[in-house]
Amino acid sequence: MSYGLKRFLRNKLAIFGLVMILLFSVAAVFAPVIAPHPPNKQFFDGLTLEGAPLPPNGKFWLGTDLLGRSLFARLLYGARISLIIGIAANGAALLIGAFLGIIAGYVRGFIGTAIMRFTDLMMAFPALLLAIALAAIFSPSLWIVAMVIALVNWVQIARVIYSQTITLAEREYIEAVRSVGASWPRILFVHIIPHLWPTLLVWGTLGIATTVLLEATLSFLGVGVRPPTPSWGGIIYESQSYFLDAPWLVFFPGIAIMLLSLSFNLVGDALRDVLDPTQRGRD
Amino acid sequence: MFVFLTKRLGQSIIILFGVTLITFSLSFLMPADPVRMIAGRSATRTTVESIRKELGLDRPVPVQYIKYLGRLVRGDMGRSYKQKTRVGELILSRLPATLLLMIGTIFFELLIGLPAGILAATKRGKAADTWIMTLSFGGVSIPQFVLGLLLLYVFANILPIFPLGGYGSLKHLVLPALTLGISGGGWYSRMMRSSMVDVLREDYIRTARAKGLSERTVVLVHGLRNAILPVIAMIGLDIGIFMAGAVVVESVYGWPGIGQLAWQAIQVVDIPIIMGVTLVAAIGIVLGNLLADLVMPFIDPRIYLH
Repeated sequence: MSYGLKRFLRNKLAIFGLVMILLFSVAAVFAPVIAPHPPNKQFFDGLTLEGAPLPPNGKFWLGTDLLGRSLFARLLYGARISLIIGIAANGAALLIGAFLGIIAGYVRGFIGTAIMRFTDLMMAFPALLLAIALAAIFSPSLWIVAMVIALVNWVQIARVIYSQTITLAEREYIEAVRSVGASWPRILFVHIIPHLWPTLLVWGTLGIATTVLLEATLSFLGVGVRPPTPSWGGIIYESQSYFLDAPWLVFFPGIAIMLLSLSFNLVGDALRDVLDPTQRGRD
Repeated sequence: MFVFLTKRLGQSIIILFGVTLITFSLSFLMPADPVRMIAGRSATRTTVESIRKELGLDRPVPVQYIKYLGRLVRGDMGRSYKQKTRVGELILSRLPATLLLMIGTIFFELLIGLPAGILAATKRGKAADTWIMTLSFGGVSIPQFVLGLLLLYVFANILPIFPLGGYGSLKHLVLPALTLGISGGGWYSRMMRSSMVDVLREDYIRTARAKGLSERTVVLVHGLRNAILPVIAMIGLDIGIFMAGAVVVESVYGWPGIGQLAWQAIQVVDIPIIMGVTLVAAIGIVLGNLLADLVMPFIDPRIYLH
């Protein structure tokens, strides 16, 4: 691991990603302390006399939105939504995917086939369309949005874990421990699952990048987290018709979504380089 | 070949059957009662009941499903609750716009992804490689609606080169296709790079170099022929995914494709349209997979179909 850690720390892009994730987390946790204004307060001096939003200025660092609220404050609180959904939804997807993948790969037989045919079926659905339909069915709140994303995103993870479990279960050392009388829970928890951790860690990180994007997209389409809760995609959704006159209302939240997603992608990619032995020496 | 084809077709049909089962169940979970949405708020109870009867929604659910399947086999996807038009016709009328956007997108994806991936592979580990790969990650990390709005702002507002959305001419196509092409191009360049890196390690490439061929010929003629195979498979999958339309980009640019149709339908709970689009998309994805499998042996004679 110290070799891997060194390799990881040498990757400047991964360090950049890690620092950005840290900054976003600090912004999310300490939003009430950092934010100069409350996120939902409509300021009288937050709009021009004609009622248009203000561009970035001394009082409102990133300008104001259509209702005269501070964009900076809303972005800080929006980081909470993105991170909570990113981590919760992806964690749930990881749990479902790993659970089904391990069962299908270890138990095999009828149950295994049934699970994998079901994942094939899920693969045939366009993910975004399915997520939109699900979000429209359950009127979306924070946790519902997280659940919808998890319901769509577990499929890939299940497939990867399934094929890894199968290869592991057929290895000779598993036959060896079985021949000395190890029980199946022992084989599963001591001899198989520990080998799946690297894959889970990589997918856990890369998956957050996809989840952050999916949450922003759902909010942009108006089926995400409900206003007035500030979410980055939602801020753009609210200001979309006005963006030619107030481009900062699209630009700043857009940069925030992209940076957060990019950071998780960079870190996940670096982790894969370090943890996946088949990738070693390739890049 | 024939056995392979029948087997794959059989699997595809089973999957499509499952898809109809899921879309049909989803439509019953919708909270809003479609009959009430058609009838309007002021409708009397008798009107509501007669509309329910007219649409066949008073029958037991399994009966509705069987009837739905029966019509589907005859190519009938039902009528839109709102517009009273046949769903098949509605989707067909949106198909040209979506296909046009698809062709434009694949054009930009390849235009961006292939050269970037090849260049990164040949400069592996150098600064150019790092930059290209970081930009590719940037391309896949930026949400399509943000990219779309920014491109509109720059190339339609500040520099009025392209129209502010809409449909009709080749000029209307450029920005939506570019938006999708940039995010897709990121994936293509990564795939092209890793495939090219693998191929350039092969013995026959060493032979080609030893023959004294220029690096250019080695990479672009000998290397590319094999390295491009996974990319072609990916185009097959892309075509399938496109059958659902590009919901986000079509909504940003007001592009009248299947994605916009689906989006409008979801907002008014027009269940037959939602089921129709999902079904068409699933058929597209299944066929796209099949197409990718079938085309491969023609490009790569090493692959046999079993």
